[in-house]
Amino acid sequence: MKYLCLVYAEEASLHSLPDSPEDDECQAYADSLAESGHMLGGEPLEPVRSAVTVRVRDGKTSVTDGPFAETKEQLTGFYLVDARDLNEAIRIAENIPPARVGSIEVRPVRELQVNGEG
Amino acid sequence: MSISRHIEALYREESRRVLATLIRLLGDFDLAEEALQDAFAAAVTQWPVDGLPDNPRAWLISAGRFKAIDRLRRRARFDASLEELALRFEQATEMPDLDLSVEDDRLRLIFTCCHPALSEQARVALTLREVCDLTTEEIASAFLTPTPTVAQRIVRAKAKIRDAGIPYRVPEKSELAERLDSVLQVIYLVFNEGYFPSSGDAPTRADLSSEALRLGRLLLSLLPEPEVAGLLALMLLTEARRAARTDAAGDPVLLDDQDRTLWDRVLIAEGEKLVEQALRSRRFGPYSLQAAIAAVHAEAARPEDTDWEQIVGLYDVLLRAAPSPVVALNRAVAVAMRDGPEAGLALIDGLLADGGLDGYYLARAARADLCRRAGHIEEARAGYREALALCQQGAQRAFLEKRLAALDVESAAR
Repeated sequence: MKYLCLVYAEEASLHSLPDSPEDDECQAYADSLAESGHMLGGEPLEPVRSAVTVRVRDGKTSVTDGPFAETKEQLTGFYLVDARDLNEAIRIAENIPPARVGSIEVRPVRELQVNGEG
Repeated sequence: MSISRHIEALYREESRRVLATLIRLLGDFDLAEEALQDAFAAAVTQWPVDGLPDNPRAWLISAGRFKAIDRLRRRARFDASLEELALRFEQATEMPDLDLSVEDDRLRLIFTCCHPALSEQARVALTLREVCDLTTEEIASAFLTPTPTVAQRIVRAKAKIRDAGIPYRVPEKSELAERLDSVLQVIYLVFNEGYFPSSGDAPTRADLSSEALRLGRLLLSLLPEPEVAGLLALMLLTEARRAARTDAAGDPVLLDDQDRTLWDRVLIAEGEKLVEQALRSRRFGPYSLQAAIAAVHAEAARPEDTDWEQIVGLYDVLLRAAPSPVVALNRAVAVAMRDGPEAGLALIDGLLADGGLDGYYLARAARADLCRRAGHIEEARAGYREALALCQQGAQRAFLEKRLAALDVESAAR
């Protein structure tokens, strides 16, 4: 199964806590997941102040400043992984370095129900 | 015994085992439940004609699997993707070592129903439904919850198991401790709801407690870990006091005032043996420690014989293993028994100031009780009133009111 591990943390303190991970450590973990065949993709994100939110209503596009929801913790990166089951996905998530200072939301990827095949 | 009586008995003894294996073979709770019913229905019609099979359990599992394939085939007329699934089940002829894997399947079922990705309420409902075979109505009435609410919890939990990929597996060694915690928590919650109902007017609900004991025994037989023994011991030692816990009117009786000749010595002996076993392993945790405390109480023929020194010592270890305001409160009460009420009051006041016990009526009641014993009658009265304002449960409220009334007698006598 595919799981998306969403890394949430308080941006203001993400890089300044005693347990905060260095980029080197994050890169090394991503490399190890790639090596074991679990990694499908993943990136760290620029802070939310760089975000825009796009909506289309009645055919009209509106673009607003900032993230969709104001929350205490922000989305700071993601890993798309391939895991045997939720237990393996949890094991992958608990080793994502920022799990020590933030939290990781593990979401199964939904298969789109596309008609017209076979 | 007639064949139909035999099948009834077999259903009681074997249906959960057969279900656990069918869930593994079919990978779907609902399909497995239907297959289980189909298999027993087939037994009712075929066994009187063909005679009892040599291995009824294997027969039922095999029949269930074929019935599930039939069901998928019928549904495949509307949903072509199911034909593929039916074909896959048909080709999977894997039925090896049935008697060995069946016990593993029961453990898998328990771990899946108690997976921490499910909410606590969902874990409880699903475990009672799938592992204990209580009906949705029985679960709803035991927890004073509307039946549709419980039904919806179970449906959602099954959907989450499917959609989130919660595996049907016994956790690996590295995850076992954490996953086992989640299982023990569910069992203890069921036990406590039977022993100290959180709402309603009945002082205890024995059916839920006995279900929890059954689960504890089953888990220990499948997975003989020290904390499983510890939890079972704790439940047995608590259950042993049931007859003494309430008076003729059904009102709760404090440990100190209980008629200890009513304590069930058979349950105590079984509990003590398990505590010793758990402590000897040196891999024990909070449940074993709480059981050890209960065992010290059980050893005292009269309240004044209680070894409070040992109890305080056990609470010290428990507080290190599983720090919580409630454990600290119980330790304070034990210290009061050892060193006098003023020593306990000083500790409780410190805990109340920390704020972790806000809204917890037992903290107010314990403080009021120590005030009464220290002779601070007015403070005790205010304390019981605070406790009453926080307590919802009928029998516990009646108990607090009785304590309050007894204070008036006490102050009049002074």
